Amino acid sequence: MTMTRLNKFFKSLFLLELLKGLAVTGRYFFRRKVTLQYPEEKTPLSPRFRGLHALRRYPNGEERCIACKLCEAVCPALAITIESEEREDGSRRTTRYDIDLTKCIFCGFCEESCPVDSIVETHIFEYHGEQRGDLLMTKQRLLEVGDKYEKEIAAARRQDAAYR
Amino acid sequence: MIEWIQSTFGLLPEMVQTVVIILLKIFAIVVPLMLVVAYYTFGERKIIGAMQVRLGPNRVGPRGWLQPIADAMKLIFKEIVIPSGSNKYLFLIAPVLSIGPALAAWAVIPFDAEMVLADINAGLLYVLAITSLGVYGVIIAGWASNSKYALLGAMRSAAQIVAYEIAMGFALVGVLMAGGSLNLGVIVNAQSGSLLHWFWLPLFPLFVVYFISAVAETNRAPFDVAEGESEIVAGFHVEYSGMAFAVFFLAEYANMILVSALAAVMFLGGWLSPFEGLLPDSVLEIPVLGALLGGGIHWFLIKTAAFMFSFLWFRATFPRYRYDQIMRLGWKVFIPITIVWLLVVGIAILSGLPPWFDAA
Repeated sequence: MTMTRLNKFFKSLFLLELLKGLAVTGRYFFRRKVTLQYPEEKTPLSPRFRGLHALRRYPNGEERCIACKLCEAVCPALAITIESEEREDGSRRTTRYDIDLTKCIFCGFCEESCPVDSIVETHIFEYHGEQRGDLLMTKQRLLEVGDKYEKEIAAARRQDAAYR
Repeated sequence: MIEWIQSTFGLLPEMVQTVVIILLKIFAIVVPLMLVVAYYTFGERKIIGAMQVRLGPNRVGPRGWLQPIADAMKLIFKEIVIPSGSNKYLFLIAPVLSIGPALAAWAVIPFDAEMVLADINAGLLYVLAITSLGVYGVIIAGWASNSKYALLGAMRSAAQIVAYEIAMGFALVGVLMAGGSLNLGVIVNAQSGSLLHWFWLPLFPLFVVYFISAVAETNRAPFDVAEGESEIVAGFHVEYSGMAFAVFFLAEYANMILVSALAAVMFLGGWLSPFEGLLPDSVLEIPVLGALLGGGIHWFLIKTAAFMFSFLWFRATFPRYRYDQIMRLGWKVFIPITIVWLLVVGIAILSGLPPWFDAA
């Protein structure tokens, strides 16, 4: 008992533990640095990455969305607004499909709930808005994103297909 | 051009000449000091970054070397907000009061054998007196801000500075006993001989106490409860912004450099070379190598830089002390240790213990 107390006393008097701590930080001083220099270097992205949304089309140009409103229902942040009407050929289509990115929490539920793989989340995460409304994705803008990145979107879905 | 300056300078009355020369010397100390302060902040971010396995600032200028300039520019162009309920005059005087002593104390620091602004006999006393004044800047800043957070921060800071001043003072008493003088140049010369003649060895406990007290005095981690970013915003200077804040910042870093320089002068033999007494005189006569290995200002700067580095090393390593533990350490550990060691030093001096105390 007295020995351990004496031991402790001398240990603290000679700052042993503090010196050990200094040795640790001293060693780390020379370690290879792990900083990722962002705009020049980037981390690899998973095919399941959930970034900016997009609406896809079938290869024949027909939009996939059938206005089932499952995504609107499942969205926990109430970020999706859908209005639908019957088209001339009798099929049900959306007249309005808005995603408010300022509400969206990027949970990916919309993508999972979609029966026709229409609404998807892409790998794009570097976007910004300079004006009010820039972050409100309308149907047209979502389709544009989908058209532009269809190749990457399809590739990511193919890669992940075995696990879906 | 040079001749013209020399001839006009010779025409000036003698008193004006001395004043001009002293002013030039002050510039020669303060300007490099401010530059070192600026790059010390940069070095701090880089070194602590390295110890946390990251890079630190590296975007402004090549490898980030212009970062301190950018920081200074930002602070200069920011507005100095004066709180409406504050005492305006005290509020603006406080930063001046804290940087004044931090710079004034440099007057007696001997950079080299002859390189000292004021070679006064009470140098050590002057340093103690001037550095003690720094606490007024802290208290006045806290008081004049008319904010309870600033006031509480100032009280904590002042209590801590005053408490550690005592331990530091006692440690310096040991130095003055061993050196036999209050003149810092004489103290350095008393350490000549070899690496083992420097006072860090006979005064080792005082050396450790001095340096830890110095860390506490300057309110640096792990004794930075006064600032405590994660607990009480910024302590006594919460209400300060822009250049007024920057002056406090400069004062803190100038103080850190000052105590590092003092530690180098008093315990590590100032400008003396560590190879003194080891190398034969013939080596010292080789043109460049001899000048490098012999004593000189570069050794003083290297020793100071080593202490400055350990300030940052401590900050990267230790978690913040609890306030009552800081007080306990200051009053109940350091002061007894220093008093006991003063007794030991006294006996050693009386008995003329070689190799340190046998000369006198």
